[in-house]
Amino acid sequence: MTANLVNILMGGVFHAAILFLVAAGLQVVFGVQKIFNLACGSFYALGAYTGVSAVGYFTAHGGPPALFIIPLALGGLAVGLVGVVVERGLLRFVYDRDETFQLLLTFALVLMLEDLIRMTWGTAPVSTGGLYLNYGQARILGATVPVYNLIVIAASLAIALGIGWLLSRTVFGRIIRASADNREMAEALGVDMRWVYVRVFTLGTMLGTLGGALVIPATAAMSEMGIELIVEAFAVVVIGGLGSMRGAFVGALVVGVLRSVAISVYPELEMLLIYLIVIAVLIWRPRGLFGAAAA
Amino acid sequence: MRTPVVLSLVGIAFLGLPVVAPAYYVTLMLPFMAYGVVLLGLNLLFGYTGLVSFGHALFIGIGAYTGAVLTTHLGVRHMELILPAAALAAAVVAAPVGALCVRYVKIYFGMLTLAFGMVFYTFLLKFYKLTGGDEGMRMLRPYLLGSEWTGYSKTAYLIGPYYYFSLAVLVLATLLMWRIIGSPFGLCLKTIRDNPLKAESLGVSVPRYRWYAFMISAVYAAVGGALLATPTGNVDPTLAYWTHSGNIVFMVLLGGFGSFFGPLLGAFAFIFLQDTVMSVFPYWRLIFGAVLAFIVIFAPGGLMGLFARRRRPVEVSRA
Repeated sequence: MTANLVNILMGGVFHAAILFLVAAGLQVVFGVQKIFNLACGSFYALGAYTGVSAVGYFTAHGGPPALFIIPLALGGLAVGLVGVVVERGLLRFVYDRDETFQLLLTFALVLMLEDLIRMTWGTAPVSTGGLYLNYGQARILGATVPVYNLIVIAASLAIALGIGWLLSRTVFGRIIRASADNREMAEALGVDMRWVYVRVFTLGTMLGTLGGALVIPATAAMSEMGIELIVEAFAVVVIGGLGSMRGAFVGALVVGVLRSVAISVYPELEMLLIYLIVIAVLIWRPRGLFGAAAA
Repeated sequence: MRTPVVLSLVGIAFLGLPVVAPAYYVTLMLPFMAYGVVLLGLNLLFGYTGLVSFGHALFIGIGAYTGAVLTTHLGVRHMELILPAAALAAAVVAAPVGALCVRYVKIYFGMLTLAFGMVFYTFLLKFYKLTGGDEGMRMLRPYLLGSEWTGYSKTAYLIGPYYYFSLAVLVLATLLMWRIIGSPFGLCLKTIRDNPLKAESLGVSVPRYRWYAFMISAVYAAVGGALLATPTGNVDPTLAYWTHSGNIVFMVLLGGFGSFFGPLLGAFAFIFLQDTVMSVFPYWRLIFGAVLAFIVIFAPGGLMGLFARRRRPVEVSRA
């Protein structure tokens, strides 16, 4: 009984750890640039495929399988640099437009990235095989949990703390918060917004691609994984509140664990339950649990 | 002056098309006309009321599934009954959904409609016994004007009676929408879009008018969805998926949301462009994503905006 419960809970927390990374990327971009990035799920998929390729290259060239997590994370982070291209090449043209157009531009990215992934990696699912078992299994209260999952959970927690430190303790963090709060004022005080936007968007992209890379040893990469994840990430930020990091953290835990419980108790309910919660939150508390003033 | 001439030429082209064009292109006109009806309604919400729904595929799904359930399970085969039933089903769902959604604007409206759309999608996908799950349901060939058209093969039926039936529905839907937009109600919607505060102070009940617009657009989407189901022959949950909602917003933008006929042009361009691109290059989303990005950045008025640029620049700014 406890073993079963721990299994469900750990599965949920693992999923939450990944969801948090993607949702954090969504939040930081929304907070500063006021753009709801529908393509965050596509970046996640891009990270996943790149992770598979990076690990494949690493093991094919004699890298020790136990160290596969290094090329995995590096590949995930490196492909996040595509954020620079997207920001400079597309997004910078629409900052002063109506948000409908911003939303549609990110939808255009969703379409393009989906097919770019299909062109590069094909339509069949790809995976890293059973590599993650290299780290063995841990026994927690009678349940068996892959150690890899624990590593990802720990890494996600560390990143959450790192983001907290970045936002509250560093100069760049202060600039981010100031820009999110009042863009004109920050500009008047000498902040170069172009510079802030490039870095913030790239940071958001990298969080998404890293999330995709880290999830992949535990599953397989499929071309639809991006458009499926975006609706979950969207549920996370609605529940937590748009633009709030703490909200992303709590929202990810809620969505991750609930999904895991629903799958094992009553599978038909799985995502239905989460969307119903999203609707309830939007109706009773549109700001979400940790959101700032309602827009 | 020019408009009546253009309209009559278009009318003649539509009537004569099945006679002169190859059957393949005539069958492509069927989804165009179905989406045309959907987009007329969507544009009432998007172009005229200023609300962008990212869950409108929900109502396409409702219309299509109404048609499928009626023809396969309930033995109702008359299209003249299916279309009103689809409209009714959409109105019943849109009444509470719309009442909740129109309390919000902009991104919150978009998110709420997306969530409702996904609830319906998940329902279609997971409740296998009722909906057929991801395989969906068959839409049997409906009777038109009381006749079964038994002598017609599938293609002959589609490019003959069904083509003209769809055309009639599209024309009726267009005329009705023209009246709605020209009416005092339509003017109120435009006022709400441009300046909700002023509309409120002039005595227009903003949420109620938004709610009416939402209901009308939902009914249009369901009628279009029911029309769409026949040429496909099968309905499945992807009809209600959020990317489908995104695609129909894309169609409106492609044609131009600032004009009455823009969405129809958008549906036409989308369907035929998609067909052309797919025949030479399997990755149509890549091309379409680039087209969408181009329109958003350089031509927010869409195709209509390109034609009408010199006369009246479309105003696009942060409201």
